[in-house]
Amino acid sequence: MFEFINTLLIGITSGAIYSLMALALVLVWRSTRVVNFAQAGQALASTYFGFEAMKHIDNFWIALLIAMIGGAILAAFIEMVFMRLLLKHTSSGAIASVAPIIATLGLLEVIRALITLKWGGADVLIKAPLSNTGFSIGTHTLVFSPMKLAIIAVVVFLLSILSILFQKTNIGLSLRASAFSPELARLAGIRVDLVRTFGWALSGATGAVAGMLLVVNGNGSLSPASIEFSLLLISGFIAAVVGGLDSLLGTVIGGMILGLSTAFVLMYISDSLFFIAPFIILLLALIIRPQGILGKKGGRRA
Amino acid sequence: MTLIVNNLNVHHGAIAAISDVTFTVPQGELTAVIGSNGAGKSTLLRALSGLKGATSGNATWKEHNLLKGSAEIHVRHGISHVSEGMSVIPELTVEENLDLGAIWRRNKSEAQSSKREVFALFPRLEERRKQSTATLSGGERQMLAIGRALMSKPELLLLDEPSLGLAPLLVKQIFEAISNISKQFGLSVVLVEQNAMSALQIAHSGVVLNLGRVVAAGKAQELISDPAVRAAYLGY
Amino acid sequence: MRKINNKISNKTRIVIFLLLGFVIFLISNRVDELRVYQGASVAVYVVGIASIILLTGYSGQVSLGQGALLGVGGYAAALARNHWHASVPLTFAIAILAAAAAGALLGMAAARLSGPYLAGTTLALAVGLPSLANQFSILGGEQGLFFDVGAPPQSLGADFTQYKWFFWIAALATLIVIFWLQNVMRSRYGRTWKAIRGSDVAAELAGINIARSKVLAFTLSAGVAGLAGALLAMTIGTVSPSAFPLALSFSLLTGAVLSGVTTLGGVILGAVTLVAIPEIVASVVDRLGASEGVATNLPSLLVGALLILTVIVLPNGPVEQFRSKQRAKVKKSH
Repeated sequence: MFEFINTLLIGITSGAIYSLMALALVLVWRSTRVVNFAQAGQALASTYFGFEAMKHIDNFWIALLIAMIGGAILAAFIEMVFMRLLLKHTSSGAIASVAPIIATLGLLEVIRALITLKWGGADVLIKAPLSNTGFSIGTHTLVFSPMKLAIIAVVVFLLSILSILFQKTNIGLSLRASAFSPELARLAGIRVDLVRTFGWALSGATGAVAGMLLVVNGNGSLSPASIEFSLLLISGFIAAVVGGLDSLLGTVIGGMILGLSTAFVLMYISDSLFFIAPFIILLLALIIRPQGILGKKGGRRA
Repeated sequence: MTLIVNNLNVHHGAIAAISDVTFTVPQGELTAVIGSNGAGKSTLLRALSGLKGATSGNATWKEHNLLKGSAEIHVRHGISHVSEGMSVIPELTVEENLDLGAIWRRNKSEAQSSKREVFALFPRLEERRKQSTATLSGGERQMLAIGRALMSKPELLLLDEPSLGLAPLLVKQIFEAISNISKQFGLSVVLVEQNAMSALQIAHSGVVLNLGRVVAAGKAQELISDPAVRAAYLGY
Repeated sequence: MRKINNKISNKTRIVIFLLLGFVIFLISNRVDELRVYQGASVAVYVVGIASIILLTGYSGQVSLGQGALLGVGGYAAALARNHWHASVPLTFAIAILAAAAAGALLGMAAARLSGPYLAGTTLALAVGLPSLANQFSILGGEQGLFFDVGAPPQSLGADFTQYKWFFWIAALATLIVIFWLQNVMRSRYGRTWKAIRGSDVAAELAGINIARSKVLAFTLSAGVAGLAGALLAMTIGTVSPSAFPLALSFSLLTGAVLSGVTTLGGVILGAVTLVAIPEIVASVVDRLGASEGVATNLPSLLVGALLILTVIVLPNGPVEQFRSKQRAKVKKSH
């Protein structure tokens, strides 16, 4: 019984983090119609920013804020310098739909290499600000701890803010309009270029949070070569696809499904299926419901 | 405030879509631009609103060069373009589509009164304000598109085939609305239309394009009674 | 120039390939061991890149998991050799078939996907599949399995080295595969794939069964990848999860983009660049006396940067870009 609850809680927590990663991807998708494969690299870089910050200020939450700002700036920079150039040169031709994918992959490699060059392969080491010892009920100790609770709280908070931003504010309306019909948005007087950059900045900040939370949720370390990083890379994408790239709520659901199913597979089936499980979940999702849980019908045409 | 277009040339790649087009629209007047398919009418509007770059020539509105700068900048100088085809964003609600037109405006209370004016003009839009645009009929969608354009407080309105795909009764209503709007708000209007007769009937002057060139121009009434124009475009 | 390409008859191509083979073998006798080994690596990359050109360049499907398919081929080859003592040709054949089967499965799942969805799914595969080796003990876990193609036959002489043998096998396989691929690309299938890449909708309207063609492309591409995997296993002597990392998939994709994803013509370019970069970096680092860290990371940095630049500046790859210029020249002179 407690094993079940523990697994559930582990799944929810990691699911929350995957949702954030997915959210970062969806933010970019919804504002530029591009899947940014470099997202995980950006998240990693932001985590290193936070790591550096923690060396000087011993406060996790401030470091988190700094990581978010760093992530936003990095993302904005990439959009302004890199993506605009890319989209201008590759809007037509045989490679048009494939170019952003390949280019962001290249960017991922560049970011990874730069990180390793700068920090010399050292891991990010961040001490969790809250205790990771589980709450106890009677004689059993739950895996659930104050830290995990905080993680879920942060994710819920972020998701609410972003939802409100998108649905209730002018900037949110501009973001949505620019994503759906950039030309019409321009005719309505919206500075689509700036709006897009903002969308990217938001996604950069979100990815930064995902990275930082991933570190404190696990064993406190992260590096470009680590297993957790590969997982971050694919989990965001899988969660986004399962949930449906077009919906914010969908990313949450997708993340939860991924987190929970991975946790249960690991606990009840086998330990070493850690990596193949996400892939199978992805396949199942694509077979059962190709447009994602909350996605719109119309196939998976990018 | 006059729209002055002089020797405008626009190319699609190597093909000349518009050659040497010259005309003016005095303030508060409605100019109909008619011609058959492929005559370059849409391209003309796209060049004026900043969506397409021109090859040579000039076009100015209130001393503002329309051929330089992007579409979103021109909006801030009082230009609103209702493009052809799907001119509303389907994924947004009716009210969101309208609000979109006023986001750039600093004065929020003025934007609110613009919205009230639009609802007064098109009560059906107010009824459906929270609904998705998928529930709108073709005519209502066109009203929404025009309403969105009005939300930007334009002084020059560029309309691209507003009657396209609409039933005859709706066509009449739309043209009436356009005529009323331009008078009510003192707008200058460039109305591109295939429905030449209806367009000329509400216009002060007209420009006839064929294969990108101006083949006839003048007062609307003159064009309506011109036999050559009648034969080619008015069907009798 | 384009006219000449299309009109080269099959007979002429066979002769060209034979000549090419002869020249390659001659050269291999003259260069040192290191170059010969690198030659074998180039061959592996050529085959791997060719598989991506087939999949991505011709049928427009982006796969980030080609490395995993190489892994399937590599493991199949090792298992066949170790457990069934299969002969070398048979081993390679098994590798090809195993990978092709995996490709067919993947293709069927992927047929409904496009663009980033396909890319992401194959990415998940690339990360997930190699770790399967840890699940089943027959696959040797982290250490992996040995793969030995055996010593060169006596008839080639006593001083015929192992590396040269690798190179000969790899080069022969490569020449055969490229020749065959060229045939396929020019055939009805190649045209069908190009049509799909151009426009799904138009292709469907023209009566092409898109799903079937896509699956076929996946299957063939996977088979070729499997061969590359077996050749890779041959050159390094083992198969293990770490031999087929995510980076391999990225490298192959990069090589394909560098070569010009849409055409087979530049495939050597990409392969050579990929093998050359670590070399170049090593000598630059040596000369500058930079740290160890720089040496290990500069290659991937360069590869990534190169990928980005190529996509932006030469989206169709240098070969195609060159051909377009030629075509433009021809047009002008009329």
